[in-house]
Amino acid sequence: MKNGRGKLRDDLLVGLGFALMLAALYMALIYAPTEKYAGAVQRIFYFHVPLAWVGFLAFLVVFVGSILYLWKRSVIWDAIAWASAEVGVVFTSLVLITGSIWAKAAWGIWWTWDARLTATLVLWFVYVAYLMVRGYAREESQGARFSAVLGIAGFINVPIVALAINLWRTQHPTALIFEGGLAPTMLVALLVCVAAFTVLYILLVRHATSLKILESDIENIKNLRLE
Amino acid sequence: MSRMYARVFAIFWKDVLSEIRTKEIVTAVLVFALLVLVIFNFAFDPASGTTARIAPGILWVAFTFAGILGLNRVFAIEKENSSLAGLRLCPVDRMVIFWGKLAGSFTFMLVIAAVITPIFLVLFNLPLFLPRLALIIVLATLGFTSVGTLFSALAMNIRARDIMLPILFLPLVVPVIIGAVETTACVLAGGPWSDMLTWLEIMIAFDIIYLVVATLMFEFVIEE
Repeated sequence: MKNGRGKLRDDLLVGLGFALMLAALYMALIYAPTEKYAGAVQRIFYFHVPLAWVGFLAFLVVFVGSILYLWKRSVIWDAIAWASAEVGVVFTSLVLITGSIWAKAAWGIWWTWDARLTATLVLWFVYVAYLMVRGYAREESQGARFSAVLGIAGFINVPIVALAINLWRTQHPTALIFEGGLAPTMLVALLVCVAAFTVLYILLVRHATSLKILESDIENIKNLRLE
Repeated sequence: MSRMYARVFAIFWKDVLSEIRTKEIVTAVLVFALLVLVIFNFAFDPASGTTARIAPGILWVAFTFAGILGLNRVFAIEKENSSLAGLRLCPVDRMVIFWGKLAGSFTFMLVIAAVITPIFLVLFNLPLFLPRLALIIVLATLGFTSVGTLFSALAMNIRARDIMLPILFLPLVVPVIIGAVETTACVLAGGPWSDMLTWLEIMIAFDIIYLVVATLMFEFVIEE
């Protein structure tokens, strides 16, 4: 399915991702200064924030892919949405885990029912349900349609959940990044990490998407033989 | 336009009639909701002066669980004898089917709420006349049923349907549950309107958004 140019683009992406990931490790572990109050554990922030950003990006892609699938009914949009949901769930799980590790060191507790933590957990449940609908669907096209419905209805829920839970309670450190509260070297390190994880996300989704398209091709060929 | 209302009403009335004759949904769900209230009584000791703090939570957990059971039945009855296929064959817009089913489950849920809420208030020794609580129940029920009708239709067509409805439904209605619990706590404590205004706004926004989204999405869920 992949022509020469697609292969080259893939190789370039892998190379770029590898280089960026090495740079990200260097930046997060060596280049960035140790935070004065929190100490070394603060460095998990350089993985936690990019993971959260990619998780959100992944669910945005699910949303867009779902709309385009229901509109155009092209398998490729469905495969992209599905692949993105899988990657998004993995990354969001990592966000919850890295967040817990940091919280144990900073707050002395693994978990608290704070606004962002709770909202992230609710979001995680929505996309786990998305993957479950896939698994329990009776046929491929039905799973695609049903999960697209959830991909849309679930994403629209994000701002409402965020608003409601924010009113309910909040304890998470506010977004210092956008208020200039971050040292310049820390910001550079963070940006490199965000870039590295974004490239990783694109790579994973590209591979998972082409895998899903191949799977559906094989399924179609099998059905042809049966008829 | 009026013909559309007549069609929505026809589907709604079919559900009401079958419910009056079989009493399958309301009775069973009512008994279940009452049981949840009673079980909570054992889980949290309400005599220890904590009633005001835990009562809103108990009411809404009972109501949410009962809602899931009821919503599950709303499309399960269509699945029996393939009446869903008949419904699909109706020469009406998919939207009409959705609104008819929604009106049905909304009515059933309100009937259930109208019975269990007074019993709840009596069991937990709370004031009985609370008109503001009625408003909260209507808003929350509308949110529950618009999301629930869409996902009930979806879950009916996949495997493990009994477990999939709550898994799909609960994360989405989190804002309604928080809003309902917070406003109910305010009402039970006799707080002013201003304390619950923001929550009422969130619930109204949720209701409108999900009425529109579910109406638009329903045709993708019901198509064969």
